[in-house]
Amino acid sequence: MRNVLSLIAAAMLACGPALAEDLADPEEILTARHGYMLMMAMNLAPLGAMAKGEVPYDAVAAGRAASSLAALASVDSSMLWVPGTENGVLDDSSALPEIISNADDRAVKFAALKTASDAMATAAGTDLASLQGAMKGVGEACSGCHKPYRKSE
Amino acid sequence: MKKFLAGLTVAAIALAGAATAQDAPFAREIKARQGIMVYRSIQLGVLGGMAKGEIEYDAEAAQKAADNLAAAVTIDASMLWPMGSDNSANPASTALAKMWEDGAGIGDKARAMNEAATAMQAAAGTGLDGLKTAMGPLGEACSGCHKAFRVPTN
Amino acid sequence: MRKLLTALLLLAALALGAFWAVTRPRPLAADALAGLVPDAAHGEQVFWAGGCAACHADAEAKGDQKLILAGGQRFASPFGTFVAPNISNDPNAGIGAWSDLDLANAMVRGVSPEGEHYYPVFPYASYAKATLQDIVDLRAYLATLPADPTPSAPHEVGFPFNIRLSLGGWKFLFLDDGWVVTGDLTPAETRGRYLAEALGHCGECHTPRGTLGGMDRGRWFAGGPVPGGKGNFPNITPAKLTWSEADIVEYLTSGFTPDYDSAGGHMALVVENTAHLPAGDRAAIAAYLKKVPPAE
Repeated sequence: MRNVLSLIAAAMLACGPALAEDLADPEEILTARHGYMLMMAMNLAPLGAMAKGEVPYDAVAAGRAASSLAALASVDSSMLWVPGTENGVLDDSSALPEIISNADDRAVKFAALKTASDAMATAAGTDLASLQGAMKGVGEACSGCHKPYRKSE
Repeated sequence: MKKFLAGLTVAAIALAGAATAQDAPFAREIKARQGIMVYRSIQLGVLGGMAKGEIEYDAEAAQKAADNLAAAVTIDASMLWPMGSDNSANPASTALAKMWEDGAGIGDKARAMNEAATAMQAAAGTGLDGLKTAMGPLGEACSGCHKAFRVPTN
Repeated sequence: MRKLLTALLLLAALALGAFWAVTRPRPLAADALAGLVPDAAHGEQVFWAGGCAACHADAEAKGDQKLILAGGQRFASPFGTFVAPNISNDPNAGIGAWSDLDLANAMVRGVSPEGEHYYPVFPYASYAKATLQDIVDLRAYLATLPADPTPSAPHEVGFPFNIRLSLGGWKFLFLDDGWVVTGDLTPAETRGRYLAEALGHCGECHTPRGTLGGMDRGRWFAGGPVPGGKGNFPNITPAKLTWSEADIVEYLTSGFTPDYDSAGGHMALVVENTAHLPAGDRAAIAAYLKKVPPAE
């Protein structure tokens, strides 16, 4: 009897409505995740270069990059962190399995990134000193996640 | 000193994400924009799945997908489309050079995408019929660009 | 000496005769359409199935603008750049003055009303399999569409491809009105074959071509590099196209792939046509595609 019941339960699970993350192929999800990360990095790059003095400070460019970064940080990426997309399963992935299993902590880390990016969005267009001041918070938010959850090279 | 270190950290982070893809021209831009395209398609998959009846309609999930899509569409992605980053420069890209030509109408097409995504955002959570109706213009907006500016792929 | 000259002259005459025999345009018999009654309403379906607007309307046309067949789209190829002509209902710029037989000769024989060969960029190699009834119906429908006075632009084709008579040789080699996919087919698959191989002319892009530009029927729908262009036409045989029939129908309806990419390039224009077909016709195309021999 129990066997029959578990069979039925399994069948019901199998027939249940598909979940959003089941729709996409893990490789595709990884492509999206890398694109997302890369786009954040590309917006961060001009801010970092200005902070370091490698390029002259440009309030308009800085404000633009920072607001893009803030917009990206507020994008919902939860569907990109699903089982099957971690390092060990996909060679190209450097995500440790824990970032997928620790969904609550991941949310905390992303919230921190959003806070830091919002602060940067306010600061970047003001002046160079404000930008440099906000840089630290953004850097910390990035490594806050990369440190525990990314496989070291 | 602290600032300098923070700057270095940031630069290291920014570069690490792209270390593998530096060889070919515009590899980072192409990889990033293709990723954003896939992000959009994942959201569309939720909405389209519901429209086709493959996924049960769920107002909350539909709204979330539509919000995500709208966010991904409205973010300024111009830095991912530098002039010259087309299929002849790097075959990893499927973009045609004519996208960057004057009068090609890329701005109008991007606006059409924006409007379609915003309309979906307004409709997705209100019911399945509204979602289905908003799906058509979204498809047209996707094709509007793909038709004019992409090499044959599918 | 005189004998040799005579022999040479004879040989030359024979060669010329053979050349003429092979290359001369071969229009239909004057009474080929006798007894066919045009049905313009059905002609509209032939119009969308044949994809006329995909090339002869402006690529950016929407809605009723698709019915303005003024031509102008450019098609690059290794042989030169072809420009789609005006086939609107204008009697001078377009084909408004054409008879039913003129259209039939153009579509199934690749011959103009003046008796010249058309370049095979106009897909008569596929339309050759169309029924004459469908063409008569199409003619009636085209006559209901707007006239546009824009003159057709000349093709930009250099020597030797600008000698149209040589196209007779091309036709001799490549014009084949036999079906590619044969065997036991259901009614839906048979309908799909007609739509895909004849009217829809899918093979014109999706079948690789040899050096002389003929479709390689042995690698039907196997795709390959775009001749004279960028990118690849995809392989749509079951070896590569693993979509379900429902997925294919959806793609031909909304342009969305199963993973929610969308149709791009000229295929987006194709979908703008197939979207007008009855749902059963799109399902028939999907059923047919599953019967195409897999090719890597």
